[in-house]
Amino acid sequence: MNGGHDLGGMHGLGCINPEPEHSEKVFHHEWEQSVFGLTLASAFLRQWNLDQSRHARERQHPADYLRNSYYENWYQGLLKLLFEKELITQAELDSGKAVPAETQLTSNVLKAAAVKAAMLKGGPVNMEIKHPPLYKRGDRVHILNINPEGHTRLPRYARGKFGTVDIHHGAHVFPDSNALGIREGQHLYGVIFTSDELWGLEAKTNFKVSIDLWEPYLETA
Amino acid sequence: MNDNHTSPPSEMELKVKALESLLVEKGLVDPAALDELIDTYENRVGPKNGAKVVARAWTDPQFKAWLHEDATAAIASMGFTGRQGEHMKIVENTNVIHNLVVCTLCSCYPWTVLGLPPVWYKSAPYRARAVMAPREVLKEFGTEIGKDVEIKVWDSTSEMRYLVLPERPADTKDWSEQKLSALVSRNSMIGVEKARLPEES
Repeated sequence: MNGGHDLGGMHGLGCINPEPEHSEKVFHHEWEQSVFGLTLASAFLRQWNLDQSRHARERQHPADYLRNSYYENWYQGLLKLLFEKELITQAELDSGKAVPAETQLTSNVLKAAAVKAAMLKGGPVNMEIKHPPLYKRGDRVHILNINPEGHTRLPRYARGKFGTVDIHHGAHVFPDSNALGIREGQHLYGVIFTSDELWGLEAKTNFKVSIDLWEPYLETA
Repeated sequence: MNDNHTSPPSEMELKVKALESLLVEKGLVDPAALDELIDTYENRVGPKNGAKVVARAWTDPQFKAWLHEDATAAIASMGFTGRQGEHMKIVENTNVIHNLVVCTLCSCYPWTVLGLPPVWYKSAPYRARAVMAPREVLKEFGTEIGKDVEIKVWDSTSEMRYLVLPERPADTKDWSEQKLSALVSRNSMIGVEKARLPEES
């Protein structure tokens, strides 16, 4: 979706103003810790996947996405998923009282003793697929100009541009489908673009950008 | 920022507290698991992991070769595995190339070796500008890269996670792995800075 999250090349956002590394805290407020913990823990209920979680954060008014702090966007995304999956209701949230209901999810709930192993395990997304990769290192590719309303990991600034395949990463879960709950593998490539190709005369200096792109985003140039 | 507990709670504090209480009451999250998750990423997993990887790469050519060939396995051999580090790639800075990592679409970042990303990495200006004006972005971190050095920006649009291997500073010839790791800042492994110089450590 062409949302407020797709920021590559946007103007007017000001300076970065990084906090000094030696003094920056991991969390700046206690509620950020909670949003972080709740988001990770809730994912173990297995009612949504990583791409659905990202998509939930993206599905906001662009002005809200940009105005919110990072963990406010996580909060908004989590709330949306909890409502959509009917795990909680607005009435429950407003009243602070849970309506008693049978839940089938108890066995999925992440327990403290399981956290360490779960984090060390992670969730690999590489897949074995039948068809061989269509492209190899050095191939020139044209990036399709697509504007799906759903989730995609093809940033706007790469659409319609020409690049060169640099790396074949193997087949990974395709986010555009995964956000719809369909887990399918597609070949993933590191594609290199020149600054001139991406930004034309606006490119102040020469540099290159490598973007990871799945095969369905590409065609032979 | 308001860490002063005597002031009234913010709107977000109240909202998040309400959500947490509800999810706990409904049995959908275990409060002890929340504490464990927060403690893991606040206190245990962080850029010290990445610094160890880099220092080993600086001192052990075989390990460096392994990192280039299969970064995920090489890093796993040091015990750093799992979430947001499932698929790792090392990108090495040299005297002809400087690598910089960003995620323009969200905040993808190699948690296993760097921990959670800093605020600036997740900020809109960094995400917007790193792919369009990287030299200007680097200048905001006080980093000047020679005109003869190519800048390569890695936009983390997939689950591949990129760790920059910064250049080893001069005058560190006989330094141990452990001593070297103190020169490896988090920012140097994202690519917005160079490794610290011996006199800065």
